[in-house]
Amino acid sequence: MKGLYQDLIIDHGTKPRRKGIIENPSAKERGHNPLCGDQIEVFLEIDPDGVVKRIRFEGEGCAISIASASLMAEAVEGRPAEEVQALFENVHGMLSGKGHDDLGKLEALSGISQYPMRVKCATLSWHTLMAALKKMGPVSTEGV
Amino acid sequence: MNFQNDFPVYKTYPNLAYLDSAASSQKPSCVIDAMTQMYQSQYANVHRGLYQLSEQATIAYEAARQTVAKFLGALEDQLVFTPGTTASINLVAQAFLLPRLKAGDEILVSRMEHHANIVPWYRLCEQTGAKLIVIECDELGQLDLQAYAKALESHRVKMVALVHVSNVLGTINPIASCISLAKARGVPILVDGAQATAHMPVNVAQLGVDFYVTSAHKMYGPTGIGALYIAKDHFEDMMVYQTGGNMILEVDFDKVTYMSGPPKFEAGTPHIVGAIGFAKACDYLSSIGWNQIMAHEQALLAYLNHALASFSDIKVVGKAASKIGVVSFVMDRVHPHDIASILDHHQVCIRAGHHCAMPLVRYFGYPALSRISLGLNNVQKDIDQLITALDQVRKIFA
Ligand SMILES: Cc1ncc(COP(=O)(O)O)c(C=O)c1O
Repeated sequence: MKGLYQDLIIDHGTKPRRKGIIENPSAKERGHNPLCGDQIEVFLEIDPDGVVKRIRFEGEGCAISIASASLMAEAVEGRPAEEVQALFENVHGMLSGKGHDDLGKLEALSGISQYPMRVKCATLSWHTLMAALKKMGPVSTEGV
Repeated sequence: MNFQNDFPVYKTYPNLAYLDSAASSQKPSCVIDAMTQMYQSQYANVHRGLYQLSEQATIAYEAARQTVAKFLGALEDQLVFTPGTTASINLVAQAFLLPRLKAGDEILVSRMEHHANIVPWYRLCEQTGAKLIVIECDELGQLDLQAYAKALESHRVKMVALVHVSNVLGTINPIASCISLAKARGVPILVDGAQATAHMPVNVAQLGVDFYVTSAHKMYGPTGIGALYIAKDHFEDMMVYQTGGNMILEVDFDKVTYMSGPPKFEAGTPHIVGAIGFAKACDYLSSIGWNQIMAHEQALLAYLNHALASFSDIKVVGKAASKIGVVSFVMDRVHPHDIASILDHHQVCIRAGHHCAMPLVRYFGYPALSRISLGLNNVQKDIDQLITALDQVRKIFA
């Protein structure tokens, strides 16, 4: 059980960081998992250099999905958007039990790979973030 | 009363608190043994072999039909074996209602239907331009009978499809009254008995219902088989549904004649051994008897309700006066999926989610619910274990 509900997950799941909205965001996207009712909306402010200056999210869901969104927001803020794709793939590798590079704090999510039914809870925010970046086109995803 | 010894799952998991019988029940040894025995020493295809083994299998299969029919208060020539409740409702929708449905016609369903009793009718509406009319329930989870009677006054109502017992709320609907009201208006009615037939006596003949459907796997029987009761006068006025072997009298390339009665709707090789297991499950329930079954489950339900009532952070959803042992709830600050995952760690199995009843769960204003459901396999200790595990949930999220 520790594997799934590590202290960091409970902490971020019950007291999420970077929750809220951004007025006039560079991009925003909604994600929905109709099967479990989880909903999330991700807001991005990307500066002219292609760096994720601010990221906020709003949402409802289980502790895993909220913690994942919160940890994601922490990890992504301040990074060049072009690095986010690689980070996403790394996280995805971890959640599906494949090999991955060390992910620091995000490692708290690694136990979820043992619970296939819950993996989608943890990936919802990431898929939503990727969709938001994609919407911005090459500007964000390639960091032009 | 303790029936746990009947269920071999407890040999593998002695400390299991299985509280998800509404999703699917555990299987007693007698059912497993009857099926093994059939495979080992009585098995052949039915209705085709001219050798003794096939004849034996056919006799066993038809005897199973008789047992299940009797269990539900039907005659054997009114009982179709289908893959389950979902398959049965689709069959009735397509083979019975579709040909008589026009744009603007109405099908009555209730707020508390399982998706299996919504989507097949919705699909008909897509096909024909008919529409679904929804009978609401109150905040206790009880059907609005007045609204139902009122909706039936429309001459456009061509079918009623109602759940006998709600899989989310546990509500036992006043199905006899609902059937009489529909019959008084000459409207055919299907009752979804998936959550009823393991927990209370059902007599379809006495009810006077047109179609009654249920699944063996929620009645301590195997998966992959269910019963569809069709009132006698409807067999002839239904189209064929799935077609192929078994359901025909004669086939040529330019002319096919179909069987009548149940075989008309049993195309292909049926779930022969499933039928044997289904009948055994009915025998199992009959051997215990409804008085004992209902007393056992109601005592556990009272014990559970009492235990849950002492927690101010738990709110039970569905408080109808007449209920089976199904209790859905929400807990402050903790999402149902987190509850179910943590409970699982304590060997407590409950269901969390929308329970295939999205319109109902949404109506109560929650994205998801946790659900405890009770069966013959349960004992008070299961509930104690649940309560202890809920304390752990509270601690983790403190
Ligand atoms: C009320 C109700 N109707 C229909 C069904 C569908 O049954 P099945 O999945 O066996 O077809 C269920 C169970 O999931 C149910 O609880």
